[in-house]
Amino acid sequence: MTIKIYEYQARELFKEYRIPVPSAILSDTPDNVFQAFDSFKEKVLLKGQVLTGGRGKAGIIQIANSPEEAKSKAKKLLGMSVKGFSVKSILVTEFINIQSEYYLSVTIDRDSSEIILIVSKAGGMDIEEIAETKPELIKKITLFGVKGEINEKELIECLSELFEKEIIEQAKVIVQNIYKLFREKDCSLVEINPLARVEDKLIAADAKIVFDDNGIFKHPELLEFQNPEEYTNDELQAREAGLSFVSLEGEIGCMVNGAGLAMATMDCIKLEGASPANFLDVGGSSNPEKVINAMRILLANKNLKAILINIFGGITRCDDIAKGIMQARDKLGITLPVVIRLIGTNEEAGRKMLNDAGIKALRSMPEAIKEVVSIVAGGR
Amino acid sequence: MSILIDDKTRVIVQGITGRDGSFHTEQMLEYGTKVTAGVTPGKGGKKVGTTPVFNSVEEAVNETGAECSVLFVPAKYAASAIREAAIGGIKLIVCITEGIPVQEMLELYHALKRKNIRLIGPNCPGVISPGKSKVGIMPGHIHKPGGVGVISRSGTLTYEVVYSLTEKNLGQSTCIGIGGDPIVGTGYIELLEMFENDPDTESIALIGEIGGTAEERAAEFIKKTVQKKVVAFISGRTAPP
Repeated sequence: MTIKIYEYQARELFKEYRIPVPSAILSDTPDNVFQAFDSFKEKVLLKGQVLTGGRGKAGIIQIANSPEEAKSKAKKLLGMSVKGFSVKSILVTEFINIQSEYYLSVTIDRDSSEIILIVSKAGGMDIEEIAETKPELIKKITLFGVKGEINEKELIECLSELFEKEIIEQAKVIVQNIYKLFREKDCSLVEINPLARVEDKLIAADAKIVFDDNGIFKHPELLEFQNPEEYTNDELQAREAGLSFVSLEGEIGCMVNGAGLAMATMDCIKLEGASPANFLDVGGSSNPEKVINAMRILLANKNLKAILINIFGGITRCDDIAKGIMQARDKLGITLPVVIRLIGTNEEAGRKMLNDAGIKALRSMPEAIKEVVSIVAGGR
Repeated sequence: MSILIDDKTRVIVQGITGRDGSFHTEQMLEYGTKVTAGVTPGKGGKKVGTTPVFNSVEEAVNETGAECSVLFVPAKYAASAIREAAIGGIKLIVCITEGIPVQEMLELYHALKRKNIRLIGPNCPGVISPGKSKVGIMPGHIHKPGGVGVISRSGTLTYEVVYSLTEKNLGQSTCIGIGGDPIVGTGYIELLEMFENDPDTESIALIGEIGGTAEERAAEFIKKTVQKKVVAFISGRTAPP
């Protein structure tokens, strides 16, 4: 399961962990934005809320100097979209006079298997860009590694290279609180960019949290953060059925077990000159029900010209898959051509069931891919 | 020779009474693996087929002298089951379970390194030394004894590669699925090193995935250290960003 959250939701968690944030009001209509302006002085920041990054570049963060200006800008913002995500709400935020900006995040370093803090004085910019162009501006500090957790003294020492004396205590507390949030909510990323210095105070001017999908079962309290709009309809159905699914533009529906094989299948379809309509991993230990659900989701796509089922059974058993295929055929009335490749654990039993039902199943993946591509090409 | 496991390796199965645990115990025994016992807390004294079940790893190890454990324990309990295996005296832990919280794995990773206990996985198909022993969920019959060492981050894609190797009459010394999670017990480099030092491994096949930089680091290591021929494949050219 995946939960992606908006900045305004991440801010709520920041507040819970006593990480200072500017005051703000969430609004979803131009009139509400107009009213919200009243709560601030003479200037506000309008921050369009979307479940993706690069908002500054996309132009959905704007300054407004009057309630009228705020309202008219809000009208435009609420119609915009970034990378396919449309702006449905605006965070009307107190305008702060930033003296300097830092970048600060806690994440997992896969190379060293450690929890690390990434800090930079080049805040407010794209951190990946800085990592490429000016890596010397980025400092990585191990918060949890071979020796366990970092102690307070070591942390202050590391931070003193980046923060001025008068704000170092605040920086330390913020790092401790982000780390606490990171650990307690099973996050894979907690990011503040920028962490703004306003006079002698540090404020998290933006908030980003990514949760570890595998940890969500431990946190029922996070379910209230779920945003159904982060998925397309078929992705939502797939999620409910426990399948990993991403829709694409092509015409061949794919049902594969295992992400690696699913990607290799898509690669091969492309190499043969056709296009996959989706990525779908039915996962391990597939029961027949999963196959039916997967088929239902594939069939909902009206662009589909053929379906390829590519199963190499390990923990997935071919006889379970065969049962699912037969039940799907009976229940769903499939009229599209279906090419099946079935091999691996309990292969004999699975193939026999299909053969007895008059369904052909291939053993070779290249053969199956050539066949499904030729069907689609023939229909053009 | 082979790496990690051979025909003498004694194996226990944690989570042996579950659907997958019991099924794959049978499959491993059929392949010739020395499965000596199973562990499911509260089900000690029972049997799965002919395999005795114990309440704890410690008991199972004391009774059978096993040095290797394979886990089919649900994600919720997997981290504590791995910890129990480590405390119980197991030297090689193979964790099939997928969906273990990453931070739980991260803590375990360092704890196991300190104790010098090897973990393969989690979220992996396991290890097989064809013709000798199979500790995992891969279909045994597609393998064939021989000289190719296989290391892979993927599950089913490994089967695909092994199947093609066998079809071309290229047998395998040992095949390892390292697992697809951000934190895995054993990475490419340690296994490349083991294959490089294994006299029966003539060449190495490495199967990667997109995401992370583990493949890049493996490539550097191969360039610097590995004398044997390595062929690598990464899927996902057409994957959406």
